[in-house]
Amino acid sequence: MTEFRMPSLGSDMEAGILVEQAVAPGERLRAGDVIGAVETQKGVIEIEVFQNGTLDRWLADIGAKVPVGAPLAVILADGEPSQPEPRPEPPEVEPPPPEPPEAPPPEPGPPPQEVPVSPPDEAPEFPPTEIPPGPEFGALPTRPRITPAARRFAAARGMNLDTPEYRDGRTVTRRDLEAAAPAPAAGGTPDFRTAIAAAMSRSKREIPHYYLSHDVDLTAAEAFVAEANAGRAPSDRLLIGALCAKALALALARFPEFNGHYSGGAFTPSGAVHLGFAINIRSQGLVAPALFDAEALGLDALMQNLRDLTARVRAGRFRARELSDATITLTSLGERGTDAVFGVIYPPQVAIVGMGAPRQRPVVRDGAVVPRLMTTLTLAADHRVSDGHRGALFLRAIDKTLQHPGLL
Amino acid sequence: MTETDAATILAEELRRIAPDIDPADIDRGGDLREEFDIDSMDFLTLVTALGKRLDIPMPEADYPLMESFDALAAYLARQSG
Repeated sequence: MTEFRMPSLGSDMEAGILVEQAVAPGERLRAGDVIGAVETQKGVIEIEVFQNGTLDRWLADIGAKVPVGAPLAVILADGEPSQPEPRPEPPEVEPPPPEPPEAPPPEPGPPPQEVPVSPPDEAPEFPPTEIPPGPEFGALPTRPRITPAARRFAAARGMNLDTPEYRDGRTVTRRDLEAAAPAPAAGGTPDFRTAIAAAMSRSKREIPHYYLSHDVDLTAAEAFVAEANAGRAPSDRLLIGALCAKALALALARFPEFNGHYSGGAFTPSGAVHLGFAINIRSQGLVAPALFDAEALGLDALMQNLRDLTARVRAGRFRARELSDATITLTSLGERGTDAVFGVIYPPQVAIVGMGAPRQRPVVRDGAVVPRLMTTLTLAADHRVSDGHRGALFLRAIDKTLQHPGLL
Repeated sequence: MTETDAATILAEELRRIAPDIDPADIDRGGDLREEFDIDSMDFLTLVTALGKRLDIPMPEADYPLMESFDALAAYLARQSG
């Protein structure tokens, strides 16, 4: 028997609110399955299990605020008998009425127990649920069905969706919420801004950044993408950003000092490239979740994973590992951005590569001025780990790879 | 399909990508990406959704015909017959 505990989803996180139980008691789980979702400062994050087994029971209710490290659920290994319930299930016909949205979150749950076997008659130790199921139980869902966009919108505006009006069996959409919503906060949501402020302040306090910039000709890469996309359905098309991501991931094999984590006074390079993508979430803020094993993915697979990641992040859903495990970040302001972007390193990473907006610029080739599609690549890197000489070679390696996109 | 029908479908798909922007408030002849603040990934998502919904190929070579809301609605009306 294993207790599944509230994971730490960032160094600034002390607790999270359980907002979804994706798996019911008795259901099988495999390592990597999403067991539920937790709301933190950064939004709603899916949490994954790291073992195979069967969910025995939940230890926290929907809406409960659970400290990092406190138990959320009990998972049984294959063949392991169920443990006795520490308390009887509450009768489903008479759940307590919902509390008003202003209710403060409950006190943190009990401290983790190493051997949490309780006698069956012991009183329940766990806090009451903050927002219990509504009174209209019967055939109706026990909690509202909410589209990811509506969930994100509600989180951004601080709206409580776990009330009877949203639990009538319909799926709650963003449009349903817009009329009832309070005015948006300027400059993104306070929680998003707080999370970005904490990470970026730490970065500028601790990391001695140095900066390099290098103009790169994207004409060959653009021609490669146009040719590849000519016969493809939209769902299979490439973007030039995916080529840059792949070129970056490949270059890191020869420049390991830009890929990994710096902590406790030492740098630990990473074997795999978990490439963080800075993704803007409309009217909310910025996150940089990781695309895993980018160096090992083919171009098409990398593109598909990037599409999937972007769609999920913009819908307000990402996984815990995606937030914590990036080993380097790529940031791009897109084709309507500026010529260059100089990033701030996301600790504990040690480098961030910026890609400016691709633009036709006059360039000298073979003694003549010609128009070429150009971008400016930048590198901000940690001087505790690397020097400008190596940084320059790293940017030039990315450039060289992008001149031969057929090899990607 | 009429241009009005195409505009309705386009507005619906744009709403999924840019829910904070009301098509009634934008310049329909202006640059679509500017008006809806969408990047190249958003645009690819939009083209993918429209192509599937209307069963048309929407080749990349036609992207210059999709640069404003009105131009794209007219393109969809033509292509879907």
